[in-house]
Amino acid sequence: MSEIDVDKIIKGEFSWKTLPPAAMVKVPTSLEYKTGVWRIEKPIIDQSKCTKCLLCWIYCPDMAVKRIDGGSVEIDYEFCKGCGICAEVCPAKAIKMVEE
Amino acid sequence: MESAQKFFKTIRDVPTEDYFAPGHRLCAGCGPSLAMKLAMKAIRMPTLVVNATGCVEVSTSLFPYVSWRLPWVHVAFENAAAVASGISEAFKILEKKGRGKKHDVIAIAGDGGTFDIGLQALSGALERNHKMLYICYDNEAYMNTGIQRSGATPTGAATTTSPAGKVIPGKQERKKDLIGIVVAHRIPYAATASISHPLDFINKVRKALEIDGATFIHVLTPCTLGWRYPSSQTIKIARLAVETRYFPIIEVENGRVRINIKVARPRPLEEFLEAQGRFRHLFEPENKHILEILKQQVEENWNRLLKLGEIGLYA
Amino acid sequence: MSRLKQVRKIALTGDEAVAYAAKQADVDVIAAYPITPQTIIVERLSRYVADGELNAAFIQAESEHSAISICLGAALTGARTFTSTASQGLALMHEILHVASSMRAPIVMAIANRALNSPLNIHCDHSDVMNARDTGWAHLFANNVQQAYDLTLMAFKIAEDPELLLPVSVNLDGFILTHSVEPLEVLSDEDVQGYIPHIPYPYRIDFDRPLAYGVMALPDTYMEFRRQLHEVITKTPQVFRKASESFSKISGRLYNLTAPYFVEDAEIIVVGLGSTVETLRYVARKFRGRNAKVGVVGLTMYRPFPEEEVAKTLADAKCVAVMDRAYSYGGVGGPLYTDILSTLYKNGIRTMIADFVYGLGGRDFKLTDAEELFNKLVKSVEVGRFDQDIYWWGVRE
Repeated sequence: MSEIDVDKIIKGEFSWKTLPPAAMVKVPTSLEYKTGVWRIEKPIIDQSKCTKCLLCWIYCPDMAVKRIDGGSVEIDYEFCKGCGICAEVCPAKAIKMVEE
Repeated sequence: MESAQKFFKTIRDVPTEDYFAPGHRLCAGCGPSLAMKLAMKAIRMPTLVVNATGCVEVSTSLFPYVSWRLPWVHVAFENAAAVASGISEAFKILEKKGRGKKHDVIAIAGDGGTFDIGLQALSGALERNHKMLYICYDNEAYMNTGIQRSGATPTGAATTTSPAGKVIPGKQERKKDLIGIVVAHRIPYAATASISHPLDFINKVRKALEIDGATFIHVLTPCTLGWRYPSSQTIKIARLAVETRYFPIIEVENGRVRINIKVARPRPLEEFLEAQGRFRHLFEPENKHILEILKQQVEENWNRLLKLGEIGLYA
Repeated sequence: MSRLKQVRKIALTGDEAVAYAAKQADVDVIAAYPITPQTIIVERLSRYVADGELNAAFIQAESEHSAISICLGAALTGARTFTSTASQGLALMHEILHVASSMRAPIVMAIANRALNSPLNIHCDHSDVMNARDTGWAHLFANNVQQAYDLTLMAFKIAEDPELLLPVSVNLDGFILTHSVEPLEVLSDEDVQGYIPHIPYPYRIDFDRPLAYGVMALPDTYMEFRRQLHEVITKTPQVFRKASESFSKISGRLYNLTAPYFVEDAEIIVVGLGSTVETLRYVARKFRGRNAKVGVVGLTMYRPFPEEEVAKTLADAKCVAVMDRAYSYGGVGGPLYTDILSTLYKNGIRTMIADFVYGLGGRDFKLTDAEELFNKLVKSVEVGRFDQDIYWWGVRE
């Protein structure tokens, strides 16, 4: 009963009978909301410069930097808001913010 | 850094799992959102979060989108500590009576829901020493409702209810010494942290969760909109807050103070202030005295902490 | 085994009886803040816990607002929670009362009805709970100490019913019931445990089935959630009846939503709440002895309002007198009067009706007052109308 169809709710296809009681939502559901659309700039990682320090990964407030095999990182553009923190903290200057 | 045992020695040791999920509505470059992510890296067992009304609560629970991966409870603005107390005691008694499984309880509130409206509930919870961790993410104003001043707003800062006016240039009052208030309740563990020092913060969260009693962490979380700076600067500003001694990083364990980050050669406070629009007016010649007051506060506070570190006992 | 062997007749004050019921109910979490005239409830419970007679977490909160917040948190874990307050304390809880019902937390709260400031008055009236009419809580009213005990036990059954999962209050008149010793029959611990066993709360906090509680809803969905709450609340009467029936099996006492007395052919009916109902009944009986066709109806459940039962009971009355131990300032009249008036109009019943605001701040409503009231009612029926809509009974003009 706490499972919800996010899509239907956004479209307005619901009634008071089909919404979860007391709005108790089975979490998480925000993955359906792609904050990547907020971006004005996007980060581009130059893997050749990356030292795999993982600072961008730890400092990303949107969990949009993902650790990949080999120890490096990649950007999850579905959620990256383009805040620029990763580019700012990278000690190797391996990340550039370019216009979206 | 001479904090006690480290659960996570390097960044690589920090778990990749996120109990704080992407897709939340917090601003690009939001300090509090990073604090949430980091705190959630430190959980160790069934855990739940009690969240007071504020930026984090509103932006992470906008029906139907919820960006938490563990049980998350919001009741009201001023009672995160009370709700957390109830949950903590309930699980304790339920486990004793064989009808439930203990969960770690983390109460999370902003400076609004802690310094001001939430202070009573916090005080009661700390005095009763329930097993819970209370994290106050401090962006130094009521940001969610539009950057109004709080008891955490520092002297001189411009907010919408303490604007940099012609007659009154910004907030005249001091920031409350929250750690002092908390430690006066004689809880086993209290600490300050900054999102610029993620390992320190994550380790402190974990350390607090392991303690069977009330614990408290006050984490500084710059706000790009409210402090008025470009979103990419959040970490830099949080680091400057530490490096200028503006926000000392300390632990108080059973009343004994330990300065975790000994800033031997502090950067000039101006570097921290001029990076933010909310302090811009302090650089006008007529407001120079306020700038001096702020610098004096920072210096006195640091010296006070050094002395307390020597004496050993904060409270 | 004979039922007689399993019940005990003892003498307790209302507060003590409520505390005893909560103890037998094996509550898990008690969080309360002391306020006269509820203090004995809290003190008894803390003694039970301290002596190991009750296995519960007893938390004295630092304010009523925190007390109810603690209970709300506890209820969400599936713990059986209990609290108690009065007057200003209930008013201080107010914000959270709305949240408790809309978050479906089955908290049971005993309210030792007491006047609201200002002036400060620690004695009985119903203004505290009347202020909480719209909060989505079920409000039950006890007429005597036996009922205070019985309704507290029933409150757990009603609140925790999986069809409902709503907070319930049990109201007992401050000092008049809370501090008066009356004889009552208490059930055995086994009977109580059998009546209200611990059942899992369906939405309990569980890391393995994580839910978000108390989310934010925008204008596109908030109203639907409120409609849901309304729907749930309408189920309260049937849940009450179910709880009452099973209660009668172990106690021999059956409670209905309303308690009608001599109403079948009554021309004059007085409606009331709380201990005054007993005063009215006593005098009504006397008047019946003189062949006056009078009756009394006490409401055991005040919220949700038992509209159907009330309309049926009052349908053929020539004259209705409503006893309000509170007032709705700036409103049409006292709160109960307003409810009765709406009920009558909705059901096409036009009858002589007047509001008697009485007993505020603990002013005594004695047998002589009730006699005077009934005399007045009889006279008014003869005349064919009341000379006032709202009477402030016994006020020095």
